[in-house]
Amino acid sequence: MTNDRGRRERTPVAVPRTFLLLAAVACGLFALPLAGLVLRAPWDRAATELGTPEVREALRLSLVCSLSATALAVLLGLPLGWVLARVDRPGIGLLRGLVMLPVVLPPVVGGIALLVAFGRRGIVGALLERGFGVSLPFTTAGAVLAETFVAMPFFVLTLEGALRALDLRLEDAARTLGAPPWTVLLRVTLPLLKTSLVAGAVLCWARALGEFGATITFAGNFPGRTQTLPLAVYVALETRPEAAFLLSLVLLLVSLLVLVALRRRWLWIS
Amino acid sequence: MLDAAIETTLGELTLSASLEVDAGEVVAVLGPNGAGKTTLLRALAGLVPVRTGRVVLDGDVLEDTATGRCVPPERRRLGVVFQDYVLFPHLDVRENVAFGLRCQGAPRHQAHAEAERWLARLGLTAHARTRPGRLSGGQQQKVALARALAARPRMILLDEPLSALDVAARAELRRELGDVLRSFAGVRLVVTHDPLEARALADRFVILEHGRVVQTGTPAEVTARPRSAYVARLVGVNLLRGRGEGDLVRLPDGGALVAPGAGFGDVLAVIHPSAVALHREHPHGTPRNVWRGVVEGVELYENRVRVRIGGPRALVAEVTPAAVSDLGLDRGGEVWMSVKATEIETYPA
Repeated sequence: MTNDRGRRERTPVAVPRTFLLLAAVACGLFALPLAGLVLRAPWDRAATELGTPEVREALRLSLVCSLSATALAVLLGLPLGWVLARVDRPGIGLLRGLVMLPVVLPPVVGGIALLVAFGRRGIVGALLERGFGVSLPFTTAGAVLAETFVAMPFFVLTLEGALRALDLRLEDAARTLGAPPWTVLLRVTLPLLKTSLVAGAVLCWARALGEFGATITFAGNFPGRTQTLPLAVYVALETRPEAAFLLSLVLLLVSLLVLVALRRRWLWIS
Repeated sequence: MLDAAIETTLGELTLSASLEVDAGEVVAVLGPNGAGKTTLLRALAGLVPVRTGRVVLDGDVLEDTATGRCVPPERRRLGVVFQDYVLFPHLDVRENVAFGLRCQGAPRHQAHAEAERWLARLGLTAHARTRPGRLSGGQQQKVALARALAARPRMILLDEPLSALDVAARAELRRELGDVLRSFAGVRLVVTHDPLEARALADRFVILEHGRVVQTGTPAEVTARPRSAYVARLVGVNLLRGRGEGDLVRLPDGGALVAPGAGFGDVLAVIHPSAVALHREHPHGTPRNVWRGVVEGVELYENRVRVRIGGPRALVAEVTPAAVSDLGLDRGGEVWMSVKATEIETYPA
């Protein structure tokens, strides 16, 4: 806060004009596509286009899948982030690289890898099918799995950073006061990480909502089952491009809202 | 009472120390930075692994590497006051103090009532619903103390309890901390590097250097017969090491001290700074120990002046401010020192 105030009270820093011009070009790069979408979208038909059963179904499926993926990522990512931050054993660096992989991997490659592992003839997939009669590819559960795979690293890495910044002696203090490990976790560690947990979960959810490549590769493109909003946009672009513009705007608006909300509350201030 | 003998390695430090603390006394563990004081405290609390050793508190074995017993910290029932307090920033003051009782399964209202009693005793009632981050250092230290004691520990461990405070707060809190410690019935151990703090709070010193106990004793015993250069500096006396030759101590640099009854073998000799007399010229008369030196520093302590003198026989002298002006003592000036033979205390090294 004092920093902000201090910055405002200073006279503007001298900057070469060319430098500012480049910044303006960069802004254009981000703003122009958005403006294009807004201009070209068929606003007069917005209500009917967004109200069709396919769109409503895709929107519903997107929310269900992304929220389920986020829940799964939090459930599994909490312990994983803890291990990455706290366990000091050889191989942890390799594990961190593995967790980072979905961030840099083309999602299509991720989808193929998921097929190899969890497909009907995959290493784990075959076992699941024979043992429990469960088949993941081309199901809603498969879409959730694909989104979790791509989005979970955002949660895990945010959590790991926050855990590393935490004063370990706070947990020591709780233990000497009689708190067993679960109590330390629930009454000290997690409450102290609250802001980072929320930020990580929201980032993870936003990534899951926009997921396309891994989902279409692993779960396919079945309306009502695996066709989420990004997939619906892709399909619509072939047949009804103007509807695709509207759907894109919906996705864009949601992402923008998330980022703005995060910026003020968590991302930069905490 | 506490009976501990532990050995453990942490980074470059190997700690190997034994320690006994009776319920009736307050013990201060004194030592320079990096001597292993905090590691010792953490090992007693079960927060760092012990390689070999035993920790027994009131007949209850907390740690015994011979049998593989190691009680986890949450079941040792100790109160630890950490350096710079380590209060829970997400809980208000009352919840911080009630934390231990809540962990022991006390109902919320009961734990809060007990916490409020502690806060009242330490004059913090008005801050019960405040987050610790908004309190002053002294207030935070009191909350940390209340948090540790409200959990009804069998032993209280304090790590540098006053070092993070400014001078004014330190003097005030030292008194209050002394009162609270005296009224606590269990084992009391204070870790500190500050001899003033140790003197104010403790009945007995345990001095730790390089992970080992070099000396234990009451403040008076330690002051009378320090066993290392660090201890001598700590209590503010001059310490020389040499070989006894009857009534003479032969020093390693070839010089000698006349000290009746020095005996034979390796000896330590203590010269209290007030026993070092300063002169402008070579003194005449009885003193048998006379050296020449150069003034390296002059520092005022309340109503006495400490003069650091360098040269072949480096000593600290304590004189009155009047003597400083009479002798015209200045940094870099030459001065004669004399010590009466009977003022030198010698004992086997």
